[in-house]
Amino acid sequence: MKVLVPIKRVADPANANKVKVAGSEVSHDGLEWVMNPFDEWSLEAALRLTEDASAKTRTGEIVVVSIGPKAAVDTLREAMGKGAERGVLVDGEDTALDSNVVAQILAKVVEKEQPDLVLMGKQSADGDSNIAGTKLAELLGWPVINYASHIETSDDGKTLTIKRELDVGVQTLKVQGPAVITCSDRILKPGTIKNGVTPADFEYPDLGDLNSRLSNLKNIMAARKKPLDELGLGDLGVEPVRVDEYVGFELPAGRSGQAQFLESVDELVQKLQSEAKVL
Amino acid sequence: MVDYYGLDEELTTDERQVRDAVRRYMDVKVRPIIAKHYQDGTFPTELIGGFAELGLLGANLEGYGCAGMGDVAYGLAMQELERCDSGVRSFCSVQGSLCMYPIWAFGSDAQKERWLPGMARGEIIGCFGLTEPDFGSNPTGMVTRADKLPGGGYRLNGTKRWITNGNLAHVAIVWAKVYGTGDEARDGRVHGFLVPTETAGFTAQKLDGKFSLRASVTSELILEDVEVGEDALMPGVVGMRGPLSCLSQARYGICWGVIGAAIDCYETALSYSKDRVQFSRPIAGYQLVQAKLVHMVSEITKAQWLTLRLGRLKEAGRVKPAQISLAKRNNVHHALEIARIARDILGGNGIMYDYPVGRHMMNLETVYTYEGTHDIHTLIVGQDITGLAAFE
Ligand SMILES: Cc1cc2nc3c(=O)[nH]c(=O)nc-3n(C[C@H](O)[C@H](O)[C@H](O)COP(=O)(O)OP(=O)(O)OC[C@H]3O[C@@H](n4cnc5c(N)ncnc54)[C@H](O)[C@@H]3O)c2cc1C
Repeated sequence: MKVLVPIKRVADPANANKVKVAGSEVSHDGLEWVMNPFDEWSLEAALRLTEDASAKTRTGEIVVVSIGPKAAVDTLREAMGKGAERGVLVDGEDTALDSNVVAQILAKVVEKEQPDLVLMGKQSADGDSNIAGTKLAELLGWPVINYASHIETSDDGKTLTIKRELDVGVQTLKVQGPAVITCSDRILKPGTIKNGVTPADFEYPDLGDLNSRLSNLKNIMAARKKPLDELGLGDLGVEPVRVDEYVGFELPAGRSGQAQFLESVDELVQKLQSEAKVL
Repeated sequence: MVDYYGLDEELTTDERQVRDAVRRYMDVKVRPIIAKHYQDGTFPTELIGGFAELGLLGANLEGYGCAGMGDVAYGLAMQELERCDSGVRSFCSVQGSLCMYPIWAFGSDAQKERWLPGMARGEIIGCFGLTEPDFGSNPTGMVTRADKLPGGGYRLNGTKRWITNGNLAHVAIVWAKVYGTGDEARDGRVHGFLVPTETAGFTAQKLDGKFSLRASVTSELILEDVEVGEDALMPGVVGMRGPLSCLSQARYGICWGVIGAAIDCYETALSYSKDRVQFSRPIAGYQLVQAKLVHMVSEITKAQWLTLRLGRLKEAGRVKPAQISLAKRNNVHHALEIARIARDILGGNGIMYDYPVGRHMMNLETVYTYEGTHDIHTLIVGQDITGLAAFE
């Protein structure tokens, strides 16, 4: 199975306090970059789909693709250090991208790579737009399933059985690949992915608060030698069309109010009723 | 992360990735449990498997299941280990630089095959026995001896003291002077032996009562008529060059490691001083406290650049041992100074296990002494620049 995993580098959400505004844009000065956590979930799912976890061997192929400046190579190499086989960097400045452009570019990459599946983040931790995956599926004419919590492949790998956890219950869908899938964090739990190769009783370790497996230093060193293609929009024949424009950006107002420490749950319930009026 | 001069830009992608992977591992797995181990005086053996899986053991060696990374990447891994605890870094330094390295550099092919893959997997733990009760700064004077046996093999006798991982080890690298070989080039000179710790006559005694490096096992090794075969002798080196070249590897790791401890102390002090209000404002707003913080960040920045250059020299195969001495001496001295200042800035909280600074401060007292004391490194650099030895 060949899986394409689009990955964005985002300013570390843990350092949101360092964000500064320059006009209508967020300034990138002094920010630390990390892999978009939602993409990490999908990367982890893709890794589990394409490996024999008990024999610790790779059985499929993952191509990670990022659209961004040269420095985004780091993020791709990080994904390759975790196990992805190849990387594609499409040159693009964040300011020139919106979800539409991203989907346009990814559609061209999909045409070129012909994956069986695109597994991507449901949104990016910076823009939170929640559009690119669905838009990509539309451009490709592929089915799209958002917020997958379980993925199981059929023996021939063509049919996927996918579960989605909804407020009202668990929905199970069957879909004929190729397809675009985005994941919910449930996918990180043990036992959510069945690929017919990893023994059914294999227990993935609990990732705790990690968004994907830790890289191993040997794999990081090996990732140096894995192929990474750098492409321009021209190479892909994309004429980017932005459909939206950022016109303003403000930092959230500082938090007001004071924390109160209460003695008991009863007191909390009472205050939620009488003061906060939320119950 | 302290990077006042943009050191990041001088690193390669894989170097940054190694650093970040180790940092993440340490933050998730080690930081939450380390203070308790330190207090209890225990080494977190439950982490050995994780260290191996991460690829930390013998990470800069090629082959035998090792990660084969460059010296700077390796140094950054040491930095992240020691950002958490010097004892944990010591475990990895001893396993990789002091035990796997000599086998890799001086061992026979059979010895490499026998020991290295298991050591990289963390299934075989090593310790390095050079120091003796009466020979610390002057290991050349060692009295541990290996007498050649008529039927082949050697009989070892002696005591080694202050041996990290001594009670955890499956194999001890014992440096001893050989006698009775009939070979003038070898008799009376130091050789390295791979001694399985289950061999009859070998005992390890844990040294308790330390106030430093408490999350690390330190032991005394007693060898009483320990008989080993010819295959225990590492054939590739004769004389003090053997142990000293291991020390160069480990000291290089320490140069980076203590930067990690210093960064942890500085970052803790910086954030504490911005939150802690005394008199009219946060203490970070007072000039005296700022002077301390500025001194800390200056020394960290200088050490980072010094050590990066050292690493690049080492990668190019051009580093002189005295250059490693200069950096070990400088970096440990300032890391210890920074830990003490951080301890001061935290006031009463500085002496509590809730914050890492007191633990780093105590740990760094060991690092100041082991792998060549501060003053011994002064003498090494002094000899290098003057041509005059001042040891004896
Ligand atoms: C926790 C810990 C772990 C250790 N782990 C290991 C290990 O795994 N393997 C191993 O082999 N060793 C290990 N060591 C031993 C360490 O390397 C020695 O402690 C160190 O070399 C100093 O030796 P010493 O303690 O005998 O001090 P000494 O050599 O007695 O030094 C005492 C003081 O005298 C000074 N001094 C000595 N000679 C001179 C001179 N010529 N001129 C001026 N001043 C001098 C020293 O600088 C120092 O200040 C460890 C030590 C500790 C504390």
